[in-house]
Amino acid sequence: MAAPQSQSKVVQWIDRRLPIFTFMQHELHEYPTPKNLSYWWNFGSLAGIMLVIMILTGIFLAMEYTPNADLAFDSVQRIMRDVNYGWLIRYIHMNGASFFFIVTYIHIFRGLYYGSYKEPRELLWMIGVVILLCMMATAFMGYVLPWGQMSFWGATVITNLFSAIPLVGNDIVTWLWGGFSVANPTLNRFYALHYLLPFVILGIVGLHLVALHTHGSNNPLGIDRKGPQDSIPFHPYYTIKDMFGLGVFLIVFALIVFFAPNLLGDPANYVPANPLQTPPEIVPEWYFLPFYAMLRSVPDILFIKAKLAGVIAMFSSIFILFVLPWLDTSPVRSSRFRPIYKWVFWLLVIDVFVLGYVGAHRPEGFYIFLGRVATLYYFVHFLVLLPLIGIFERPLPLPTSISAAVTKGGGKLAGASAPMEKP
Amino acid sequence: MAETAQPGPMDAHAHEGGTRRDFLSIAATAVAGVGAACAMWPLISSMNPAQDTLAAGAPVDIDISGIEPGQQIIVLWRSRPIFIVHRTPQQIDTLKADKDAGELRDPNSTAFQQPAYAKNVFRSVKPDLLVLVGICTHLGCIPEFTPQPGGALGPSWPGGYFCPCHGSRYDLSGRVFQNVPAPYNLPVPPYHFVNDKVIRIGENPPDAVFDFNSIEQI
Repeated sequence: MAAPQSQSKVVQWIDRRLPIFTFMQHELHEYPTPKNLSYWWNFGSLAGIMLVIMILTGIFLAMEYTPNADLAFDSVQRIMRDVNYGWLIRYIHMNGASFFFIVTYIHIFRGLYYGSYKEPRELLWMIGVVILLCMMATAFMGYVLPWGQMSFWGATVITNLFSAIPLVGNDIVTWLWGGFSVANPTLNRFYALHYLLPFVILGIVGLHLVALHTHGSNNPLGIDRKGPQDSIPFHPYYTIKDMFGLGVFLIVFALIVFFAPNLLGDPANYVPANPLQTPPEIVPEWYFLPFYAMLRSVPDILFIKAKLAGVIAMFSSIFILFVLPWLDTSPVRSSRFRPIYKWVFWLLVIDVFVLGYVGAHRPEGFYIFLGRVATLYYFVHFLVLLPLIGIFERPLPLPTSISAAVTKGGGKLAGASAPMEKP
Repeated sequence: MAETAQPGPMDAHAHEGGTRRDFLSIAATAVAGVGAACAMWPLISSMNPAQDTLAAGAPVDIDISGIEPGQQIIVLWRSRPIFIVHRTPQQIDTLKADKDAGELRDPNSTAFQQPAYAKNVFRSVKPDLLVLVGICTHLGCIPEFTPQPGGALGPSWPGGYFCPCHGSRYDLSGRVFQNVPAPYNLPVPPYHFVNDKVIRIGENPPDAVFDFNSIEQI
């Protein structure tokens, strides 16, 4: 491992004792990255930056927020009206949750399309699913904190999911609440956990990166790097590309924060929580709608009541992702070379959008039917189509190397060994 | 990130000060740095007093008609204790004589710890009514009102304030003694008489200018 190029005596002194500069040199400058990554590969770093933005704004909100059932709603209104820039910090945090899920969902579907979960990246993928679960828990508990009508009734509905568990369900729900309904003890523990979980996520993201850097990024062709001609150093090539993507992303984010901050929220959450009155319609935030649709869609199945079946379906829809690397039997990663899966992938995307659409409407008439079909298809995709397509599909011939596909043969060396910068 | 010396097209404009790429790198980093610093501004600003906190710092009206001679009441203004003392004629005489002036750090109130209209031996608008911010200028404790001369504080004690935290002493005008930790006299807040019975703390008399935030030390 080469020492860093810096001539600075201070840098060398520190590096000999704590090799942070060598580490950064290794993981950023020398870290070989496929040279054909598209903009779909921007969303991982965007998700990381969103995590930082959420933690930062969250800490400052926590300085003003009061986690007490009698005071929480008013303390949020005080943040909006009286605290300097409180409106801005809260709108960033509130819409930040939505944008965090947007970039994460794109990140996940990119992985699905290009087979980023396949050997040797199965653990990388599974760690990512754990991050998704933690994000969902954090987002749900954060939504409870303003103590509006949707906060309260959303918390009531979601915690009641656990009452579907046979035998111990009711005891678990009482334990979650710390009482006999969602109330002050519930709010307090949700606040504590909402503050804790992002730092847990931060740690798991560290594992995600360690696993990523072990074999490096997948790429749009889905074939392994064969040598230095297929790679470029992460820095400066992908740092600058990530920065550009970040600029575009922040423009869109700022447009929502400044001009339509309540577009993605529910007006009912500006009504203080009332334990005696359920709003006419309980709808979760948009990023939970597909799962919410599954929860409501499943009918009684044999001896399993619809309530339990719905809960099982909802949790299974995410837990099934843990075994995805073994459900997909095709050795070919990228959909570019999978003529059948390519279309099935887009059917899954449409299916998830349909589920989201169903989740936003009352389960009446046609929506019940549509929800059942879409839920069924979601599981058919993973449990039936993926294993079978891998067996019967004839993939297109793979390019011999990234370099061959990108430059139509040959290609010059790039990276640490090639000239790149000024003397 | 200097690499091997390889003149290329990027170096066409190179001269001794650096290359075009150096300029672009530094310029881009500077823009990102300024942007990040600006983004921190609202976050840091949010920790300053909020609008409701500032509103709570508005002037307060205090009815002084019920304060007996020799009695002190403590009221709150901007979450701080304000001492209001109705001085007795004896106390006024003691201050007029000003025998202890030599023992005081700042007997003439030259340090900016009071408005001009309270810059006198009584450090008040009217000799019989003392108004002070009751916070020791050492480290922020609340001094005890100890008006009786002598006693536990020694035979020479003229009556005044004694801070229990670190032993700072002030006379009956809130002027600090020498050889105690506190550096300044107790501050006098802006106040004026609305009428004979009511004073308004936090507001100057109509013709006076005094910015409480610019005093030496609270």
